[in-house]
Amino acid sequence: MRNVFLFIRKYANFLFFLVLQIVALSFLFRYNKYHEAAFMNVAGEITGNLDQRYSTVEYYFKLKKINDQLAAENARLNQMIKENYEKPNASGKLVLDTVQLDSLRQIQKFTWLDARVVGSTVSTRTNFITIHRGSNQGVRPNMGVVSPQGIVGTVVNVSENYSSVMTMLHTQYKVVVKLKNGGDRGTVEWDGMSPYYVTLKDIPKSARVQKGDSVVTSPTSSLFPGNIMVGTVEEVLDDRSSNFYTLRLKPATDFFNIEYVYVISNSQAEEQKRMEDSTHKKF
Amino acid sequence: MSELLKNIIRFVLFIFVQVFILFKMPPLHRFITPYLYYLYILWLPFSMSRAGLMSVAFFFGLSLDYFMHTPGLHAAACVLIAYLRPFIVNMLISQEGADKNYLSPSITSMGWAPYGTYVFILTLFHHGYLVFLEWLSFGSFLYFIGKVTATTGISLLLILLTELLFFRKEKFRTNTV
Repeated sequence: MRNVFLFIRKYANFLFFLVLQIVALSFLFRYNKYHEAAFMNVAGEITGNLDQRYSTVEYYFKLKKINDQLAAENARLNQMIKENYEKPNASGKLVLDTVQLDSLRQIQKFTWLDARVVGSTVSTRTNFITIHRGSNQGVRPNMGVVSPQGIVGTVVNVSENYSSVMTMLHTQYKVVVKLKNGGDRGTVEWDGMSPYYVTLKDIPKSARVQKGDSVVTSPTSSLFPGNIMVGTVEEVLDDRSSNFYTLRLKPATDFFNIEYVYVISNSQAEEQKRMEDSTHKKF
Repeated sequence: MSELLKNIIRFVLFIFVQVFILFKMPPLHRFITPYLYYLYILWLPFSMSRAGLMSVAFFFGLSLDYFMHTPGLHAAACVLIAYLRPFIVNMLISQEGADKNYLSPSITSMGWAPYGTYVFILTLFHHGYLVFLEWLSFGSFLYFIGKVTATTGISLLLILLTELLFFRKEKFRTNTV
């Protein structure tokens, strides 16, 4: 027994070192697995607050760029208004009615919530942005986030007033997308190399792909509504040994100047997941 | 200003400079991440016990981690260099009892060459361990070597600039007092 105490006293520093290492590494690996960091909710509130103070300063220097982004988005939305289109057949008049209570029973599946970006990183291999909306405003983990230009990422952590969003520029991020021409589906990932490009995998070689083609979100992913811009094809890498193309995409979102985003909540996401899980259980 | 207050201010400043300046810069290359924050641990006083050094390093690294959403990554690397620091200081101190006569490691207290070696070795350990932990989840061996080398180079440059800009005057204290 005495020897045990002597041993502990002799190697106290080394043992303390090991304990701290184990604590740190367990934080790290638990986070990488589930994205639920220890004490992240409390810390997120504090770091979010500081990030916000900093971003109010940075905000003024980016106003012109944000204005351009929002104006471009307004122009795009105005293009979609039904009044811009005219039907050649005069007898079938199109009536736009906002109250949808008819027998077709259309319901709103996706709700959009605007949010300010208060903190962001692009230079690491695990990039996140912090937004000034949290559980008090109805943000939950696993909601999609888009910018005026295209998709951004997914909410991974929520505190009362702030949320962390894992961006497309995170090596563990994956999202199902499709080619706008042809509709072939693939997965977008990031290899951690350059923040200007992401990788699109699993596009079958039967698809016709060209440089400059648009890639949009697929309605099969429950995070985003369909047809939101993801990026444009920059390069087609033809791997002879596989039946799939690997494409290099230029993300539509400018991650360096991101100030406003929308958090999209899917009212049927839980139902879809429950149904899919129960299907998996059956087989 | 008392040494404790000075170190508390440094703690906050180093974290802020790292988070709001160095990590906000547009990336130069995928191998280069400008790290400066761990200089705080190299500047801690000689008189601190090893357990004290390690605890301070742990909380310092963890507070950076919560800004970067990587809990534990920088904390682990900081604890490693805090553990190794006393060994390297003991090896490199040339004059008899420089660690008693001066407050903290600096160019004045250790001399150019030993201080440079001290910074270089701990930088290499810090980046080596940090990139190794990143490499476990992704990346290739070339990435590991390239990133450690390039990041160490940039860090040493940043530390040199910091040492020249904020030259720390160290008072000689006799241990008889």
